[in-house]
Parts: sequence; structure tokens; C-alpha cells
Amino acid sequence: MINQRFVLAAVLIVAALLAPLFVYPVFLMTALCFALFACAFNLLLGYAGLMSFGHAMFFGMGGYFFGYVVKTMDFPPEVGLVAGVGGAALLGLVTGALAIRRQGIYFAMITLAFAQMVYFICVQAPFTGGEDGLQGIPRRPLLGGLIPITNDLALYYVVLVIFLFGFAAIYRVIHSPFGQVLKAIRDNEQRAVSLGYEADRYKLLAFVLSASLAGLAGATKALVLQFATLTDVSAGMSGEVVLMALVGGLGTIFGPVIGAFAIVAMQNYLASFGEFVLVIQGAIFVVIVMAFRKGLVGEIGDWWRARRKARAS
Amino acid sequence: MHDVLLAVEGLEAWYGESHILHGVGFEIGRGELVTLLGRNGAGKTTTLRSIMGIVGRRKGSVRFDGKETVGQPSNAIARLGIAYCPEERGIFSSLNVEENLMLPPAVKPGGMGIDDIYGLFPNLKERRRSQGTKLSGGEQQMLAIGRILRTGADLLLLDEPTEGLAPVIVQRIGEIIRQLKQRGFTILLVEQNFHFAATVADRHYVMEDGRVVDMIAAADVAQSIDKLQTYLGV
Amino acid sequence: MLDIFSIPLPALFGQLLLGLINGAFYAMLSLGLAVIFGMLNVINFTHGAQYMLGAFAAWLLLTNLAIPFWASLVLAPLIVGLFGVVIERLMLKRIYHLDHLYGFLLTFGLALVIEGLFQWKWGSSGAPYPAPIPGGYNLGFMFMPAYRGFVVVAALVICLATWYGIERTRLGAYLRAATENPTLVRAFGINVPRLITLTYGLGVALAALAGVLAAPIQQVSALMGTNLVLVVFAVVVIGGMGSIMGSIVTGFGLGLIEGFTKVVYPPASNTVIFVVMAIVLMVKPAGLFGQAK
Repeated sequence: MINQRFVLAAVLIVAALLAPLFVYPVFLMTALCFALFACAFNLLLGYAGLMSFGHAMFFGMGGYFFGYVVKTMDFPPEVGLVAGVGGAALLGLVTGALAIRRQGIYFAMITLAFAQMVYFICVQAPFTGGEDGLQGIPRRPLLGGLIPITNDLALYYVVLVIFLFGFAAIYRVIHSPFGQVLKAIRDNEQRAVSLGYEADRYKLLAFVLSASLAGLAGATKALVLQFATLTDVSAGMSGEVVLMALVGGLGTIFGPVIGAFAIVAMQNYLASFGEFVLVIQGAIFVVIVMAFRKGLVGEIGDWWRARRKARAS
Repeated sequence: MHDVLLAVEGLEAWYGESHILHGVGFEIGRGELVTLLGRNGAGKTTTLRSIMGIVGRRKGSVRFDGKETVGQPSNAIARLGIAYCPEERGIFSSLNVEENLMLPPAVKPGGMGIDDIYGLFPNLKERRRSQGTKLSGGEQQMLAIGRILRTGADLLLLDEPTEGLAPVIVQRIGEIIRQLKQRGFTILLVEQNFHFAATVADRHYVMEDGRVVDMIAAADVAQSIDKLQTYLGV
Repeated sequence: MLDIFSIPLPALFGQLLLGLINGAFYAMLSLGLAVIFGMLNVINFTHGAQYMLGAFAAWLLLTNLAIPFWASLVLAPLIVGLFGVVIERLMLKRIYHLDHLYGFLLTFGLALVIEGLFQWKWGSSGAPYPAPIPGGYNLGFMFMPAYRGFVVVAALVICLATWYGIERTRLGAYLRAATENPTLVRAFGINVPRLITLTYGLGVALAALAGVLAAPIQQVSALMGTNLVLVVFAVVVIGGMGSIMGSIVTGFGLGLIEGFTKVVYPPASNTVIFVVMAIVLMVKPAGLFGQAK
């Protein structure tokens, strides 16, 4: 089993290293950013049982912080990334501390409302560039000129490293004692509290972690595409990340990655349909909730297990 | 013997995965007052809920006035003329006393009038504008019984109406139950309190582990007292 | 005192009237959301889209069939309400046993589909709907367009009628009781599944009615309910969903606060409701009229 997993990981990493030879790197980089975003969202929902419907605020603000620090303040990109993560973490701390005061569906509504507030602020605030957003964020070399990233292929490997870093961080968190406590709180909060865990602190920490990684994803996306706009802080984006996690499979480790690639690919292919992309996304929501609540990874896993069982007997 | 109003045969019931009733069978004649006795967890409440159709899944046969009810939804079963007073009383906190009393719709002609019910429970009339759950435990129990008398139902399912009440109230409820029998109601009563049950019932069915294991007529209670004590573990 | 801020009175009252009108829509929409949530355990994300459908139905009835506003006030909620009934029967009914989250996601998806289709067919720029009551009154301190005055009064009447229906009628008693304990209400012989369908239909019709009222004030457009529903979520969090009167008071009150902010500090008018939400969460997390669960 361990061996199998190791082989799988090795195959995936080789595939990731070779992928830009076959697929347009900007597509891969965008998909990786969304994959990290979806994983960050899924950390909160799948392992802490908190559904944030406002995660775009962290993703979008990560991009704005990055853009402002790099474009307006002339700092190198690594500082921009740190600013994106730090800014999102701070925003997560404030909104999270308020949102965790309510549970369940109210939590979703509160995060959604805060995200809408952030959106309105971004529309008006001078540093976001309003309707135009921040355009033409320069791609300066990383680490004092050590890594030039004007070339898409070079940047791809940088983005891959960032993604793997984020993914590994989530994997570590889920399998740490902290992750175990989170799961205990998700399954039965009262019991966890009676065992002496301060549930609210754990939830808040999970929220801040998730916000930071979403910020990292947003900042990286701004690095890749060289702009940050209102789209990334909008309620639609908050819905999109939910869709990615849902399509892939809530609470599975690889589900959000697969979901993100599927949705980004779909958007690329359907770009010419304009408004119809929204209709299709909505329809996917409906179909998944009605019929495939486990998502791609969950349903395929079930099918695989059933097949193995059938073979064994 | 009088004509059978309720006939239960081979009744099985489940809550989720747990199988609670394993083939319950008994009969109640029209106008009879019958109790279900048994220890905690014997399946008495589940039997009432299964008759009413509000358990997870059920199987077997429950015929009311000759009509099969297994497979029907609970609202249809109630419309046949069965009324249910749950153990937890089920008084609605967002309704006042009178609204609680008027809530169950009439299912047949011939139910008691509201003044009749207030005559039986004068306290409720005094407090008819109070929030339902602000009443004392005894008053709530009377409200829970009172509200199913209006509907014209012939069969009343009463789940532990004396639970947790002061002796003087238990006595009052005993009087009311006897009066209801005199008015012609058929009553299936679940009781833990055997001494109370013995004062009102025509017959007793004893349940154990999800089955009816014995039947004792009121006249035979005195000579079966040892057997009963073993059944009930008192 | 207002002179200190050098705000001319007509401007102040003008904004307060606008705030009152917005508040009327918040109240009507949050009322529907609360009633639906009570019975269905679903936060109806489609509410904004159904509000838009109400406005669109009125506009289509007018432009295609020359059916006047006053008839649409009845017809449009009926049509959209029936559409809600279909949604409940076909979809929502099947997910009540699941976590609240799924109802939220399903209705979010439906909102995307509905709004996307209307945007695709009619674009996102709005169409005007002529005011059914022209003219207005000079009240001395301000000019009051007649239709706007009508909207405020009509919304109040609708809200109070809804309150009366729920708190004072037999059907309302069924509804309140079924919100508390549907199993027992059903065991009394009431067809609870039908009651649930009816509740959803009525809640949706209420949203559509708000949409019809809004049509002459705002442009009729596919996305007119998109941001509104998000604000209404905040209103619902602030008020708590436990009390009908609470929803009405919170809705109107927040509209007024928003209008007042527009006079005092315009840039904050978009966000003030969310700020109020943050403060309420700090002080009384269950909401102003909610009970902690």
C-alpha cells in the first residue's frame, strides 16, 4: 500500500515535470493556482467542517496585495508573495474570528457577506485600481536575479514548486495532531469541547491557515497572469472554488486538484459561449448535489472498491 | 367479544439500522381501554409510533377498523381516526394554549367541542392565551390529551401520560381517562406505572424485547401479581 | 444639528426615502428566506433570481401581452410561485435529509442557471418599466414621487399581512408547529410535505412580488437580484431568523441606516450593512431577534 502510494506520487511528479512540453504552460499555471486555492478551501470544509462561501476575498486580496507591492511599491516578487499570504492571513484572522461565532449555514452566509463587503471596498478603494484592477504587474526575476521568470516555462516550475509547497503543507496539517483535533471537532464539537479542546481556537487557526494558502494561490495567479482584478474577489469566484472542490470530491486530498483542472479546462473550452459558461456551471452544481455528492474522486473510489470486492469474491 | 377496532399482527419496526420490534401482535376491541406494560426499552413507545406510522421502517400488519395502515403515511393514518399523544407531550412553544388545542384538524364528525374540553380541563381555559410551553408539566399533559379529543378520532394512543407528575395530578389524569372511556373512546395506554394502569384498564399486554409476551385481564391481575412483578422487574 | 454637517434637508429626506424603499425590499426578501428556512431547512440562494423573475415576468407581460402593472402584481408572483413549486417537487424535496450545505449549493446552482439564461437571452443591461403611478407630491421639505410612496406603503402592508398570516391564522399555526416538529404535525393528519411545498411556493411568490414592485424603480435586468440576495443574507444574519416581526423591523431599519450613511459618508453606504453585521456578531452572535441554539 505504501509502495503503491509512493509509485503514484512519483508518477504524478514526473507527469507534472513533463506536462509543459505537451500542454500550454499558462493553462497549467492557472490551473495549479486554482488547484491550490481549491485545496485551501477544502482544508476548511473537508477537515474542519466549515463551509466558507467567501473564500474569494482571500484569493482576490492575495492578488491585490501582490500587485500593489510589486507594481506600485517596486518590490521583488518574493516580497509580493509574502505580502499576499500575510495580507490574506490578517483578513482571515479578522473575518474568521467573527464568522466562527455562528455555525453551519450561518457561517457560510457570514463569510459570503464579508466577502461581498471586501468586494465593495475593492470597487472603491484607490489601491485596487477599481474597475480596471491592477494591470501589467511586472515579472521581475526572483531571489535577486537568481531565477529569471520572464520565460513561461521557467515560471511554470516556480509555480509548481509553490503549489507543491502548499499541497504538502495541507497534507502535513491534515495528518498532524492538530488535524486530528479538527476532525474531532467537525464530527462532534460538543464532545471535543468536553475533552478540553478549545474548539474556537482550532477553528480560527484552520480558517487563518486556509485563508493564507488561498492568498498564496491568488498572489501566484497575479504573478503568472500579471494582473489582479475584481473578478477574483467576487462572489462568483467564491462559488467557483466551491464548485471545484465539489466536482473533485469534498474532503478528499486529490479531489480539489482534479476539480480545479476540470473546471479551468472547461472554462477554456467554453470561453466562446460567454454567459453560457455560468449556466453550465450552475447546472453542474445542480447535477452534483442531486446525484454525485461524492464528486469525481469519491465516486471513482467507490466504483474501484466495489470492483475489487467483486473480484475478490 | 366486541368488535375489533385495532388488530396488530407480526409488526416489525426499525430505527435506522436497529431492529426494535420483532413481530408484535395484539388486538383492541371498540370501547376498550388496554395498556402496554413492560420495562424500559421493551418497545412500547415504538409500538405506538409504529401504529401511527412515524418510525423509520415497519413491516407486518396494523388494521384499523378493518383497513390496513402499513404502507400509508402518518397523515393518512391519522385521518382514519387515530390520535396520538406522545410521551414528550409535544406542546408547541410557538403556539399559545388555544392554538395548540385547535391544531389537530378534525378527521371525523363527532369530536368533543372546545367548551366540553375546557369543561374537562378548566385550567387550560384560564391560560388559553399563554405560550404552550409556559404551562406546568401537569397542564401540558392535559393540553396534550385535550387537543386530540376535538378531532373525532375513535382510538387514542396515550404514551405515559403520568410520567414525572405529582400524585394528585396522576389521580386527576386517571379520572379523566376513565371519563374518556365512558364517552366511548378506545384507548391504548403505555404505562410504566403499573399501579396507575391497574386502576383504569380492561386488559394489559406485557411486552419484552420487542414482542408481546403475555395478556392479563383486569380481573386476573390480583392472582398474576407475582408474574407481573417478574415481567416488570419491580 | 444637521446644519452642522451642512446637509440640506431635502437631500437627507430624499436619501432616507430611498433607504426606506431599499429597506422594504430587504424586509420582504428576508421574510421569505426566514419562512422557507424554517420549514425546509434550506437557505434559498435562488431568492435573488426569483425576485428578478418577478420583475421580468411583469415586464414580459407588459411588453408582449400589454398586461398592466396592477394585474402583474397578482399574475407574476403566481407564475413564479408555481415555478418554485416545481423546483421544490423535483429537487429540493429530495435533499431535505442532507446537511443544510447541500440545499445552499443546489439553490446557488439554480440561481446561476436562471440568471445565466436570462443574461444570455436579454443581456445584462436593464430594460425600463414605466411607473404605474406618475407624478408626485411636494411635501414641503421634499418631493415625493407617488410610486415610491406607494412602494413603501405596499411593502409595509405585504409584510404585515405575512406577519398576520403566520402569527394569527390556522394555516400559520400549522406552519409554526411544523417548523418545530413536523413529524408530530403530520401524525395529527396534516399533509406536511404539501405544506412544505406550499411554503416554498409562497416564499418564492413573495420574492417575485418584491420584484414586480421593484421593476418600475430599478431597471429590469438579469442580474438585479444577484447582489441584493447577498445583502439580504447579511440582513438575515443581523436579525436572526427566529422572528417574523424581527425580520420586518431589521429590514426596514437597515435600509434607513444605509440611506443615512449615503448622506453622511457616501463611500461607506455599500458596506455599512456588513459593518453592522460584524458589530452584531461581536455583541449578540445569535442576531438581534434570534435565539441562541
